[in-house]
Amino acid sequence: MEPLRIRDHVLKSRLILGSGKYRDYDEMLAAWDAAGADCVTVALRRVDLAHEREERNLLDVIDRERYTILPNTAGCDPAEDALRTARLARELGLGDLVKLEVIADEETLLPNAPATIEATRILADEGFTVLAYTNDDPVAARALEEAGAASVMPLGAPIGSGLGILNPTNIRIILARAGVPIIVDAGVGTASDVAIAMELGADGVLLNTGVAKARDTVQMARAMKHACEAGRLAYLAGRMPKREYASPSSPVEGRFTG
Amino acid sequence: MRVRVNGRETEVEPGSTIGQIVDRKVPDRSRVAVERNKEIVPRATYDATPVTEGDVIEVVTLAGGG
Repeated sequence: MEPLRIRDHVLKSRLILGSGKYRDYDEMLAAWDAAGADCVTVALRRVDLAHEREERNLLDVIDRERYTILPNTAGCDPAEDALRTARLARELGLGDLVKLEVIADEETLLPNAPATIEATRILADEGFTVLAYTNDDPVAARALEEAGAASVMPLGAPIGSGLGILNPTNIRIILARAGVPIIVDAGVGTASDVAIAMELGADGVLLNTGVAKARDTVQMARAMKHACEAGRLAYLAGRMPKREYASPSSPVEGRFTG
Repeated sequence: MRVRVNGRETEVEPGSTIGQIVDRKVPDRSRVAVERNKEIVPRATYDATPVTEGDVIEVVTLAGGG
Protein backbone atom coordinates (compact mmCIF):
# COMPACT_ATOMS: atom_id res chain seq x y z
CA MET A 1 0.00 0.00 0.00
CA GLU A 2 1.34 3.43 -0.87
CA PRO A 3 2.61 5.38 2.14
CA LEU A 4 0.90 8.35 3.75
CA ARG A 5 2.93 11.52 3.36
CA ILE A 6 2.51 14.46 5.71
CA ARG A 7 5.06 17.05 4.63
CA ASP A 8 8.47 15.41 5.28
CA HIS A 9 7.00 12.53 7.23
CA VAL A 10 6.32 9.27 5.44
CA LEU A 11 4.12 6.73 7.21
CA LYS A 12 3.95 3.20 5.88
CA SER A 13 0.71 2.49 7.70
CA ARG A 14 -2.40 4.64 7.36
CA LEU A 15 -3.52 3.59 10.80
CA ILE A 16 -2.25 5.72 13.70
CA LEU A 17 -2.78 4.31 17.18
CA GLY A 18 -2.99 5.93 20.58
CA SER A 19 -1.16 4.91 23.74
CA GLY A 20 -3.90 5.46 26.33
CA LYS A 21 -6.21 3.16 28.28
CA TYR A 22 -4.17 -0.04 27.84
CA ARG A 23 -3.73 -2.33 30.84
CA ASP A 24 0.05 -2.04 30.52
CA TYR A 25 2.81 -1.24 28.07
CA ASP A 26 3.20 -4.83 26.91
CA GLU A 27 -0.42 -5.01 25.84
CA MET A 28 -0.05 -1.68 24.07
CA LEU A 29 3.08 -2.76 22.17
CA ALA A 30 1.45 -6.02 21.12
CA ALA A 31 -1.57 -4.10 19.80
CA TRP A 32 0.61 -1.67 17.86
CA ASP A 33 2.46 -4.56 16.33
CA ALA A 34 -0.76 -6.34 15.34
CA ALA A 35 -2.14 -3.12 13.84
CA GLY A 36 0.98 -2.71 11.72
CA ALA A 37 1.18 0.91 12.88
CA ASP A 38 4.36 2.93 12.50
CA CYS A 39 3.04 6.16 14.01
CA VAL A 40 1.63 6.44 17.53
CA THR A 41 0.25 9.34 19.49
CA VAL A 42 1.18 10.17 23.08
CA ALA A 43 0.20 12.79 25.66
CA LEU A 44 2.38 14.94 27.92
CA ARG A 45 1.78 14.99 31.65
CA ARG A 46 3.51 15.91 34.88
CA VAL A 47 6.17 13.30 35.70
CA ASP A 48 4.46 12.44 39.00
CA LEU A 49 1.32 11.21 37.27
CA ALA A 50 3.14 9.60 34.36
CA HIS A 51 5.27 7.51 36.73
CA GLU A 52 2.48 6.58 39.08
CA ARG A 53 1.28 3.54 37.15
CA GLU A 54 4.39 2.23 35.42
CA GLU A 55 8.00 2.39 36.46
CA ARG A 56 9.24 2.61 32.90
CA ASN A 57 9.09 5.87 31.00
CA LEU A 58 7.15 5.68 27.74
CA LEU A 59 10.19 7.10 25.97
CA ASP A 60 12.12 3.99 26.99
CA VAL A 61 9.31 1.72 25.86
CA ILE A 62 8.76 3.08 22.36
CA ASP A 63 11.26 2.00 19.72
CA ARG A 64 12.03 5.27 17.97
CA GLU A 65 13.52 3.46 14.99
CA ARG A 66 10.19 1.78 14.41
CA TYR A 67 7.62 4.33 15.49
CA THR A 68 7.11 7.98 14.66
CA ILE A 69 5.88 9.63 17.84
CA LEU A 70 3.03 12.08 17.39
CA PRO A 71 2.68 14.08 20.61
CA ASN A 72 -0.81 15.38 21.21
CA THR A 73 -2.20 18.28 23.17
CA ALA A 74 -5.11 16.20 24.46
CA GLY A 75 -7.30 17.87 27.01
CA CYS A 76 -5.88 21.34 26.44
CA ASP A 77 -8.13 24.31 26.97
CA PRO A 78 -7.50 27.16 26.37
CA ALA A 79 -5.36 27.28 23.24
CA GLU A 80 -2.40 28.65 25.20
CA ASP A 81 -2.10 25.31 27.01
CA ALA A 82 -1.95 23.52 23.67
CA LEU A 83 0.85 25.82 22.52
CA ARG A 84 2.80 25.18 25.74
CA THR A 85 2.32 21.43 25.32
CA ALA A 86 3.53 21.45 21.71
CA ARG A 87 6.64 23.39 22.68
CA LEU A 88 7.37 21.05 25.60
CA ALA A 89 7.04 18.06 23.26
CA ARG A 90 9.56 19.56 20.90
CA GLU A 91 11.88 20.26 23.83
CA LEU A 92 11.54 16.59 24.78
CA GLY A 93 13.12 15.75 21.45
CA LEU A 94 9.98 14.55 19.71
CA GLY A 95 10.52 16.68 16.62
CA ASP A 96 8.14 19.01 14.87
CA LEU A 97 5.02 16.85 14.67
CA VAL A 98 2.06 17.72 16.85
CA LYS A 99 -1.52 16.56 16.98
CA LEU A 100 -3.17 19.80 17.97
CA GLU A 101 -6.24 19.35 20.07
CA VAL A 102 -7.99 22.28 21.71
CA ILE A 103 -11.15 21.12 23.38
CA ALA A 104 -14.16 23.26 24.14
CA ASP A 105 -15.24 21.59 27.38
CA GLU A 106 -14.64 18.51 29.48
CA GLU A 107 -18.09 17.05 29.03
CA THR A 108 -18.26 16.77 25.23
CA LEU A 109 -14.49 16.91 24.54
CA LEU A 110 -15.53 18.46 21.25
CA PRO A 111 -12.96 20.66 19.51
CA ASN A 112 -12.97 24.43 19.86
CA ALA A 113 -12.55 25.16 16.15
CA PRO A 114 -11.80 28.93 16.29
CA ALA A 115 -9.16 28.41 19.01
CA THR A 116 -7.68 25.47 17.07
CA ILE A 117 -7.39 27.60 13.93
CA GLU A 118 -5.58 30.35 15.83
CA ALA A 119 -3.24 27.87 17.54
CA THR A 120 -2.53 26.20 14.18
CA ARG A 121 -1.43 29.52 12.76
CA ILE A 122 0.95 30.16 15.67
CA LEU A 123 2.47 26.67 15.70
CA ALA A 124 2.85 26.55 11.91
CA ASP A 125 4.74 29.84 12.12
CA GLU A 126 7.00 28.28 14.75
CA GLY A 127 7.87 25.47 12.35
CA PHE A 128 5.62 22.73 13.69
CA THR A 129 4.00 20.17 11.41
CA VAL A 130 0.47 20.55 12.72
CA LEU A 131 -2.12 17.78 12.49
CA ALA A 132 -5.23 19.62 13.58
CA TYR A 133 -8.04 17.75 15.31
CA THR A 134 -11.40 19.29 14.54
CA ASN A 135 -15.13 18.77 14.08
CA ASP A 136 -16.57 17.09 11.00
CA ASP A 137 -17.09 20.59 9.64
CA PRO A 138 -15.96 21.38 6.08
CA VAL A 139 -15.69 25.10 6.87
CA ALA A 140 -13.41 24.55 9.87
CA ALA A 141 -11.35 22.02 7.90
CA ARG A 142 -10.75 24.52 5.13
CA ALA A 143 -9.85 27.26 7.61
CA LEU A 144 -7.34 24.97 9.34
CA GLU A 145 -5.67 24.18 6.04
CA GLU A 146 -5.44 27.88 5.26
CA ALA A 147 -3.97 28.50 8.72
CA GLY A 148 -1.11 26.13 7.88
CA ALA A 149 -2.21 22.69 9.07
CA ALA A 150 -0.19 19.90 7.43
CA SER A 151 -3.11 17.56 7.98
CA VAL A 152 -6.68 18.02 9.15
CA MET A 153 -8.20 15.43 11.47
CA PRO A 154 -11.97 15.58 11.56
CA LEU A 155 -13.68 13.46 14.19
CA GLY A 156 -15.87 10.52 13.24
CA ALA A 157 -17.68 10.88 16.55
CA PRO A 158 -16.78 12.27 20.01
CA ILE A 159 -13.55 11.03 21.61
CA GLY A 160 -13.91 7.62 23.22
CA SER A 161 -17.53 7.23 22.13
CA GLY A 162 -17.07 4.41 19.63
CA LEU A 163 -20.07 5.69 17.68
CA GLY A 164 -18.38 5.41 14.29
CA ILE A 165 -18.56 7.87 11.40
CA LEU A 166 -21.62 9.92 12.32
CA ASN A 167 -21.59 12.26 9.34
CA PRO A 168 -20.10 10.56 6.29
CA THR A 169 -21.50 13.27 4.04
CA ASN A 170 -19.49 15.96 5.79
CA ILE A 171 -16.35 13.80 5.76
CA ARG A 172 -16.85 13.37 2.00
CA ILE A 173 -17.20 17.13 1.53
CA ILE A 174 -14.08 17.75 3.63
CA LEU A 175 -12.18 15.25 1.46
CA ALA A 176 -13.40 16.75 -1.80
CA ARG A 177 -12.15 20.20 -0.80
CA ALA A 178 -8.91 19.21 0.91
CA GLY A 179 -5.40 19.98 -0.27
CA VAL A 180 -3.76 18.23 2.69
CA PRO A 181 -4.12 14.67 4.02
CA ILE A 182 -7.34 14.11 5.95
CA ILE A 183 -7.12 11.68 8.87
CA VAL A 184 -10.33 10.67 10.59
CA ASP A 185 -9.65 10.85 14.31
CA ALA A 186 -11.87 9.78 17.20
CA GLY A 187 -15.10 7.85 17.50
CA VAL A 188 -13.91 4.68 15.78
CA GLY A 189 -15.44 1.74 17.64
CA THR A 190 -14.77 -1.27 15.46
CA ALA A 191 -13.27 -2.41 12.18
CA SER A 192 -16.18 -1.42 9.93
CA ASP A 193 -15.85 2.19 11.14
CA VAL A 194 -12.27 2.25 9.87
CA ALA A 195 -13.32 0.68 6.59
CA ILE A 196 -16.06 3.28 6.10
CA ALA A 197 -13.67 6.17 6.73
CA MET A 198 -11.14 4.75 4.31
CA GLU A 199 -13.77 3.94 1.67
CA LEU A 200 -14.87 7.56 1.81
CA GLY A 201 -11.31 8.42 0.78
CA ALA A 202 -9.77 9.40 4.10
CA ASP A 203 -5.98 9.35 3.94
CA GLY A 204 -5.75 7.66 7.31
CA VAL A 205 -7.46 6.89 10.59
CA LEU A 206 -6.30 7.61 14.14
CA LEU A 207 -7.84 5.56 16.90
CA ASN A 208 -7.20 4.65 20.51
CA THR A 209 -10.15 3.43 22.56
CA GLY A 210 -11.53 1.17 19.82
CA VAL A 211 -8.49 -1.06 20.26
CA ALA A 212 -7.52 -0.36 23.87
CA LYS A 213 -10.98 -1.13 25.23
CA ALA A 214 -11.73 -4.14 23.03
CA ARG A 215 -12.01 -7.42 24.95
CA ASP A 216 -9.07 -8.78 22.94
CA THR A 217 -6.95 -5.78 22.03
CA VAL A 218 -4.51 -7.61 19.76
CA GLN A 219 -7.28 -9.29 17.80
CA MET A 220 -9.07 -5.95 17.37
CA ALA A 221 -5.83 -4.25 16.31
CA ARG A 222 -5.43 -6.88 13.61
CA ALA A 223 -9.02 -6.33 12.50
CA MET A 224 -8.43 -2.57 12.31
CA LYS A 225 -5.37 -3.14 10.14
CA HIS A 226 -7.30 -5.27 7.67
CA ALA A 227 -10.22 -2.83 7.66
CA CYS A 228 -7.87 0.05 6.91
CA GLU A 229 -6.33 -1.81 4.00
CA ALA A 230 -9.69 -3.09 2.73
CA GLY A 231 -11.22 0.38 2.88
CA ARG A 232 -8.28 1.94 1.12
CA LEU A 233 -8.33 -0.67 -1.65
CA ALA A 234 -12.09 -0.26 -2.10
CA TYR A 235 -11.66 3.50 -2.35
CA LEU A 236 -8.89 3.16 -4.94
CA ALA A 237 -10.93 0.56 -6.83
CA GLY A 238 -13.89 2.93 -7.13
CA ARG A 239 -17.16 1.54 -5.93
CA MET A 240 -20.14 0.87 -8.23
CA PRO A 241 -22.86 3.48 -8.23
CA LYS A 242 -25.76 2.82 -5.87
CA ARG A 243 -29.16 2.26 -7.46
CA GLU A 244 -32.67 2.00 -6.11
CA TYR A 245 -33.72 -1.10 -8.07
CA ALA A 246 -32.30 -4.52 -8.68
CA SER A 247 -30.11 -5.24 -11.67
CA PRO A 248 -29.51 -8.89 -12.66
CA SER A 249 -25.96 -10.12 -12.45
CA SER A 250 -26.57 -12.98 -14.92
CA PRO A 251 -27.36 -12.29 -18.61
CA VAL A 252 -31.04 -11.74 -19.41
CA GLU A 253 -30.51 -12.92 -23.00
CA GLY A 254 -30.12 -16.62 -23.83
CA ARG A 255 -32.34 -17.80 -21.04
CA PHE A 256 -33.81 -21.21 -21.96
CA THR A 257 -36.24 -21.63 -19.09
CA GLY A 258 -39.03 -19.53 -20.58
CA MET B 1 12.03 29.79 49.64
CA ARG B 2 8.81 28.43 48.23
CA VAL B 3 8.18 27.49 44.61
CA ARG B 4 5.42 25.53 42.97
CA VAL B 5 6.61 22.31 41.29
CA ASN B 6 4.04 20.32 39.34
CA GLY B 7 1.22 21.94 41.22
CA ARG B 8 2.71 21.40 44.70
CA GLU B 9 4.14 24.04 47.00
CA THR B 10 7.75 23.03 47.54
CA GLU B 11 10.40 24.38 49.89
CA VAL B 12 13.82 24.82 48.24
CA GLU B 13 17.12 26.35 49.32
CA PRO B 14 17.66 29.93 48.16
CA GLY B 15 19.93 29.83 45.11
CA SER B 16 18.52 26.50 43.90
CA THR B 17 18.56 25.83 40.18
CA ILE B 18 16.15 24.16 37.81
CA GLY B 19 18.72 21.36 37.53
CA GLN B 20 18.45 20.59 41.26
CA ILE B 21 14.67 20.56 41.13
CA VAL B 22 14.61 18.24 38.11
CA ASP B 23 17.12 15.86 39.72
CA ARG B 24 14.86 15.60 42.78
CA LYS B 25 11.99 14.53 40.53
CA VAL B 26 13.54 12.13 38.03
CA PRO B 27 16.70 10.05 37.59
CA ASP B 28 17.16 10.95 33.92
CA ARG B 29 17.02 14.51 32.66
CA SER B 30 16.73 13.38 29.05
CA ARG B 31 13.25 12.02 29.77
CA VAL B 32 11.65 15.33 30.76
CA ALA B 33 10.93 18.81 29.50
CA VAL B 34 10.69 21.78 31.85
CA GLU B 35 8.75 25.00 31.99
CA ARG B 36 9.41 27.89 34.34
CA ASN B 37 6.56 30.37 34.55
CA LYS B 38 5.16 29.00 31.28
CA GLU B 39 8.45 29.46 29.41
CA ILE B 40 10.51 26.49 28.18
CA VAL B 41 13.80 25.97 30.01
CA PRO B 42 16.19 24.32 27.53
CA ARG B 43 17.85 21.22 29.01
CA ALA B 44 21.34 22.64 28.48
CA THR B 45 20.53 25.58 30.75
CA TYR B 46 19.03 23.74 33.77
CA ASP B 47 22.08 24.22 35.98
CA ALA B 48 22.49 27.84 34.99
CA THR B 49 18.85 28.74 35.63
CA PRO B 50 18.17 29.83 39.22
CA VAL B 51 14.65 29.67 40.60
CA THR B 52 13.12 32.54 42.49
CA GLU B 53 10.42 32.76 45.14
CA GLY B 54 6.99 31.98 43.73
CA ASP B 55 8.19 30.40 40.49
CA VAL B 56 5.80 27.97 38.88
CA ILE B 57 7.73 25.01 37.50
CA GLU B 58 6.39 22.12 35.45
CA VAL B 59 8.40 18.94 34.84
CA VAL B 60 6.66 16.82 32.22
CA THR B 61 7.20 13.65 30.27
CA LEU B 62 5.27 11.33 27.96
CA ALA B 63 2.13 9.62 29.11
CA GLY B 64 -0.28 7.29 27.38
CA GLY B 65 -2.99 9.09 25.46
CA GLY B 66 -5.00 9.20 22.28
